[in-house]
Amino acid sequence: MAKSAVQEFTKGLWAEVPPFRLVLGLCPILAVTKTLENGVGMGVATTFVLVCSNMLISLLRDVIPKQVRIACYIVVIATFVTVVELLMQAFAYPLFLKLGIFIPLIVVNCIVLGRAEAFAAKNGVVASFADGLGMGVGFTLSLTALSIFREIFGSGTLTLPFISTVLPVFGPSFEPFAFLVEAPGAFLCLGLMLCIMNMLGKK
Amino acid sequence: MREMIRLLVVIAVFSAVSGGLLAAIQKGTKDRIEYQQLKFVKGPTIQQILEGSSNDPLVDRFKLPDGKEERSFFVGVFDGKANIVALEAFGKGFGGDIGVIIAVNVENDEIVGIGVTTHSETPGVGSKVKTDTSLSEQFKGLPIKEPFKVKADGGQIDAISGATVSSRGVCGAVVGSAEIYMRLKKDIIEKLKAFKT
Repeated sequence: MAKSAVQEFTKGLWAEVPPFRLVLGLCPILAVTKTLENGVGMGVATTFVLVCSNMLISLLRDVIPKQVRIACYIVVIATFVTVVELLMQAFAYPLFLKLGIFIPLIVVNCIVLGRAEAFAAKNGVVASFADGLGMGVGFTLSLTALSIFREIFGSGTLTLPFISTVLPVFGPSFEPFAFLVEAPGAFLCLGLMLCIMNMLGKK
Repeated sequence: MREMIRLLVVIAVFSAVSGGLLAAIQKGTKDRIEYQQLKFVKGPTIQQILEGSSNDPLVDRFKLPDGKEERSFFVGVFDGKANIVALEAFGKGFGGDIGVIIAVNVENDEIVGIGVTTHSETPGVGSKVKTDTSLSEQFKGLPIKEPFKVKADGGQIDAISGATVSSRGVCGAVVGSAEIYMRLKKDIIEKLKAFKT
């Protein structure tokens, strides 16, 4: 049953959106979604790694021996992650300072390895590209949604990505729910998001 | 056995290729990363001390070997003359090392200004050495040969009250950079000449 590239792309946006449907890759989701800027930055970095590693692994799927495939995938993924890390240091240093350890940790993000193993290893380059892009965009949108919610209510501001402008949303008299930008608040928000997603998805 | 060797070869090739790629990218981005680190970590302090310079001190920098270490120097051009040089040294504070940048005028060996870059002092107490300018102001215009000490140690610097240890650390860092400066002065002047042309 061969699906079109468009279908492979769109499934990552809703039907199999990684953090909420597959519930994979939660570590960065919980940790970096304190501000919108961090969330989007993390999403873009992960998308880049996903697309590149999916395509390369799909190209090399006949070369990689079955017994050592995981090791090979990790080498490919780790390479792209380090590329992202270096590029981010060179071109977006303030963002790199904020995301810090979570950039190298993309290596162990289950989504990236998961897509490599479950999809790229069995499908062609175009389909793998569409799958990686769809998953990446879905991941980015999830991070965006979660970080908008947490930042608006947790700090009362909104940091616009790429230009680092902080917009006050509620004005100075707003007392922020500081709880939401702490780790337990992240779990709470994620739970609520999952709940809403399941409610909407129920037939 | 042959299968084993095949696996080894594949992994070895994978690792070698990715290693080579990363080395190339690291080489390509090295200068830019260094500049970015300077800009966002030391940059604000350097720009504050060398305010009004007609050049970008972060771009006009040079390195000199000092024993086994290599030190960075930042050049400030004022009135068309490259005669101010800024360098960083560390002093022992209350919570760890305090990094201090000092800018020196090479013509008369006077301190133009100092500023704290990195520190791990107690927030709100020792951290005042970075935010409270009353300490750094005292160094302005002093000749570099002074033995910088806080008043509690018999020196001339008024420590920030409650932060004597941190202030002492700043003095120590200034003494450290003064030593580096005196030691490398010849080379520094040589390098500065290149900027004048």
